[in-house]
Amino acid sequence: MFAYALRRVAAILPILFLIVTASFFAIRLAPGGPFEAPQALPPAVRANMEAAYGLDRPLAAQYAHYLEGLVHGRLGPSLSVRDVEVSELIAQGLPVSAIVGLASLAVSLLAGIALGIGAALKRGRALDHIATAAAVLALALPGFVVGPALALAFGVHLHWFAAGGWQLDARHLVLPVITLALPTIAYVARLTRGSLLEVLRADYIRTARAKGLRERQVIVRHALRPALLPIVSFLGPVVAAVLTGSLVVESVFGLPGTGRYLVEGAIDRDYPLVMGMVILYGALTLGANLAADLLHGWLDPRVRHG
Amino acid sequence: MVEADAVGARAGAAVPAAASDSRLWGRLRGSRSAQLGAAILVAIVVAALLGPLSSRYGYDQLDWHHIAVPPFTGAHWLGSDRLGRDLAVRMLYGARLSLAIGFTATAVSVVIGVAWGAVAGFAGGRTDGVMMRIVDGLNSLPYLLLVIALTTLFGRGNPYVLFAAIGAVGWITMARIVRGQALSLERRSFIEAAVAGGASAPRIVARHIIPNLAGPVVVYAALTVPQMILFESFLSFLGLGIQEPLASLGSLIRDGAAQMGSAPWLLAVPASLLALLLLGLNLLGDALRDALDPRG
Repeated sequence: MFAYALRRVAAILPILFLIVTASFFAIRLAPGGPFEAPQALPPAVRANMEAAYGLDRPLAAQYAHYLEGLVHGRLGPSLSVRDVEVSELIAQGLPVSAIVGLASLAVSLLAGIALGIGAALKRGRALDHIATAAAVLALALPGFVVGPALALAFGVHLHWFAAGGWQLDARHLVLPVITLALPTIAYVARLTRGSLLEVLRADYIRTARAKGLRERQVIVRHALRPALLPIVSFLGPVVAAVLTGSLVVESVFGLPGTGRYLVEGAIDRDYPLVMGMVILYGALTLGANLAADLLHGWLDPRVRHG
Repeated sequence: MVEADAVGARAGAAVPAAASDSRLWGRLRGSRSAQLGAAILVAIVVAALLGPLSSRYGYDQLDWHHIAVPPFTGAHWLGSDRLGRDLAVRMLYGARLSLAIGFTATAVSVVIGVAWGAVAGFAGGRTDGVMMRIVDGLNSLPYLLLVIALTTLFGRGNPYVLFAAIGAVGWITMARIVRGQALSLERRSFIEAAVAGGASAPRIVARHIIPNLAGPVVVYAALTVPQMILFESFLSFLGLGIQEPLASLGSLIRDGAAQMGSAPWLLAVPASLLALLLLGLNLLGDALRDALDPRG
């Protein structure tokens, strides 16, 4: 198991290298540059700026320089925010994004699994229908509709929570976290319901019931663990969805997280900032997929010994 | 986008061609959510096509006498924005655009996904391995984020880049579904029988394989349309999609969210229409999947 884990971690590095290489050249293919309009500089100044950041050198040399920096843990200077390193920008924004992201991940797993179990156990009854309808609705409503609506209702009109801005308290956290978690709650609930219903049809559940176990024991001891396995393997896509969703949520609620750097960096042609974001989000997504696989192997003996 | 994988996995698991067309139609007609979804969709399509024609305002026509008036006040049925443009007309134009993008992007992803999946599935062996590795690789990346970054870099507001980017998002799951179907079809006895009977490869593909692929492809395509509409609105909301003076539902929601304190209808009206549209499409897609899935 340990050797397997080590092998999987090592396999991430070449993938990251490919992402870095592909995005480095793709970004440079785009028209425009960091020192062009709207802030048109005199040609001499622009040439000086480009020389200062090494942008006048051949692309291959810039690439080699960038890789060398990466090996030493440097993401380079930001081109749009003067005198600031990309790593400083990320260090400023990451705590905010991480708190909101992790909180909504936790909320979606807890609420989603609980709702899914409830709906599966009450299959065909009112609770099931309500939960299913709510899930369809939550999946149909995108974050950029839910977020402003919640801010309008609970922030502007009712004053229960802050409509935007950032402080580390419940007032500022509740609405962004709910907005971000809502579709993943629905998604996890659907997955849990479907997989629990399937497990409950299995022979060993019938056996467990036949030998006289109470229903509670049948569910908790025998049904839940295999039923939750599919959720574990979808942890990767769920994390990716939370990362994507954070772009919207941070923009809706004006949170100073990392989400805005991707789009703003790309608009400003801030090459090192876009690269830094691609590397950060790439590593997070790959890490989540890896964690899901390892967790899956740990929970499911068939994977471990297969 | 996360939902697409789970939906895809289920659509791919079913081998639904067993249900004949008329039975399928009957099941669809009998399903209440299919009726509701179809009613919503038809109403929106008709309104989007005919609505703007029946109005005396254009989508970019300014009305300085009615700046930011609320709905139901007379001159503008659903109110107007900060430039006095008619919200109902802008919204219906936006719905046209969203529908067009949703269906075009779905078509793009169906073409790429079916071709990719069918080639991988039928070729098998090393080709299959390499092609599916690429799909798995893309799937494990923050692929959506890369598409966003590239859309930003290569053409904000350029509709062709937008179409391509949105279509490029949907094909991955489609390729997986089609490949899975192709692999399982190859081993079925009726294919063996056709081969033994001396049918040519193109004939087998045309007579046996494509009809059997159609079910899951149609189901997944139906569920892809709302995903694509959502993705377009998402890009437009971030300011990367449709640009002024054109409107899409996403860009209207973006404008509305910026003024929700002073003019809440600018947010509420387009947001409701988008939610309704997505709900209708999802209901229809889910009903289609249930009707095709004999286990349901």
